[in-house]
Amino acid sequence: MSESASEAAGVSDVVVPATVSVIGADMVFNRGRPNEVVALRDIDLDVADGEFVSLIGPSGCGKSTLLRLVGNLLEPTAGTITVNGKPASRARLDQDYGMAFQQAGLFDWRTVARNIELPLELRGVDKADRRARALELLELVKLGDFADHRPWELSGGMQQRVAIARALASRPGLLLMDEPFGALDEMTREHMQAELIRICAELGTTVIFVTHSIPEAVYLSDRVVVMSPRPGRITDHIDVKIGDRNDDTREASEFFEKITEVREALRGIERDLGGLGVDDR
Amino acid sequence: MSRSAPTPRSDRIASVVAPIVLGIAFLALWQWFVVARDIKPFLLPKPTAIWSEFWDSFANIRKATRVTATNAFFGLVAGSIGGAVTALVANRFRRVGEMLTPLAAAANAIPIVALAAIFGRMFDSTTETPRRLVVLLVVFFPVFINVLRGLREVEPVHLELMRSLAASPTAVSRRVRLPNAIPFFLTGLRVASALCVIAALVSEYFVGQQNGLGPKIAGAAKGSSNYPLAWAFVVAACALGVAFYLVAILLERVALPWRRGPSR
Repeated sequence: MSESASEAAGVSDVVVPATVSVIGADMVFNRGRPNEVVALRDIDLDVADGEFVSLIGPSGCGKSTLLRLVGNLLEPTAGTITVNGKPASRARLDQDYGMAFQQAGLFDWRTVARNIELPLELRGVDKADRRARALELLELVKLGDFADHRPWELSGGMQQRVAIARALASRPGLLLMDEPFGALDEMTREHMQAELIRICAELGTTVIFVTHSIPEAVYLSDRVVVMSPRPGRITDHIDVKIGDRNDDTREASEFFEKITEVREALRGIERDLGGLGVDDR
Repeated sequence: MSRSAPTPRSDRIASVVAPIVLGIAFLALWQWFVVARDIKPFLLPKPTAIWSEFWDSFANIRKATRVTATNAFFGLVAGSIGGAVTALVANRFRRVGEMLTPLAAAANAIPIVALAAIFGRMFDSTTETPRRLVVLLVVFFPVFINVLRGLREVEPVHLELMRSLAASPTAVSRRVRLPNAIPFFLTGLRVASALCVIAALVSEYFVGQQNGLGPKIAGAAKGSSNYPLAWAFVVAACALGVAFYLVAILLERVALPWRRGPSR
């Protein structure tokens, strides 16, 4: 066990193709009780290897719930969820994905490096390999000088980078991200988006990314999945083929066209509901 | 940056000097009041009289203080360990926790005066055991409640993270709940350190030999009517309480290096 785990932490390891398939998933909270909530109804979603997919929609559309179903933090009330061809629960136990949340969720009592080592520690990887991998990841997220700092000594954006490094520690082919940049200021946020694209391109990682920012979704994604609430369902898939992202992308006309397309898809939902809830920034 | 706050150093000096100045002013006022109004010593002795009595009887005071300090210390250690271990059990087994929490609260509501007398009957009243048991019980509750909260009040994001990492319940306890409970434990210990000296004093007054600060205060006041001496013992009790509290605060600083900055 620990031998294969240390192998997994080896540098030459090749990431296996990471795919996600959701078929007919329903999620009902408090079923049969007066406060029953249908969070998701009849969700079908396929994510190809290496694809970057954003889930966007007004609050209450179940985008975070869908992400948690893929990560097996929740069990669907109906339907099947497959990650890398196996049941989501198996994929979780095999650590086929890494996860990042809106809060960095770092442990104050651990140094930055030891926070990143946590997933490897749980898999029984030995100390030297763990440390080497943490340092490698800190270089990747450009925090090489902060290995022995405490999390609270870092800014919000830096903490979130540590959280991403931790999610990548056991070399998952799939990243599940729940509004990881939601609490950051606009400048930091754009910077982090560019960093995430660079990292995922470098590693060939498949990503499912929950956000409520339209420009963020368009900038990051190969495909934007638009969701609608009550009950949560998928209403649109918008392919974003606007070439390689760089600083000029944010000023390109194709970028704005895609933003408009996503916005109109969301407007359609809002017209039906008569409510707001999506960030236009 | 032009409106910079006072430096931490001058801040620290002010925080030490201010209470000392206030304390001296208070003592001066007290002295003046007793002299000017010709207050009788059995009502209120002069601070200078208490001070000279303190040094005249220093050997006695030191002996009594040592007895009380030892009782408070053993009670504090045993009660803290007991409280922390019980909290671990209560957290691990939900049913046990449901049974224990109201019981602990009920035990906490028992007046220590009653306990002291009862323990004196149950155990050999010539030893220090009944007194230390009283301290143990008084200390138990704040430590138990705080540790239990620390074990339970874990950040939801940490639990989700651990689940996403397929961590076992044991790993969650060891790597999340236990470290999370340490600051709570030390808070409980700080509260308990203030209580343990009072508990030791009161229990000494009600049970056992006439050796601790509790009986000495009573003896000096009632028996020999030496009021300055009674007050000198009170001063010692006060110093002892402060000493326990300071050690608890120091322990908090040493044990929690990660708490020196703002969290998250």
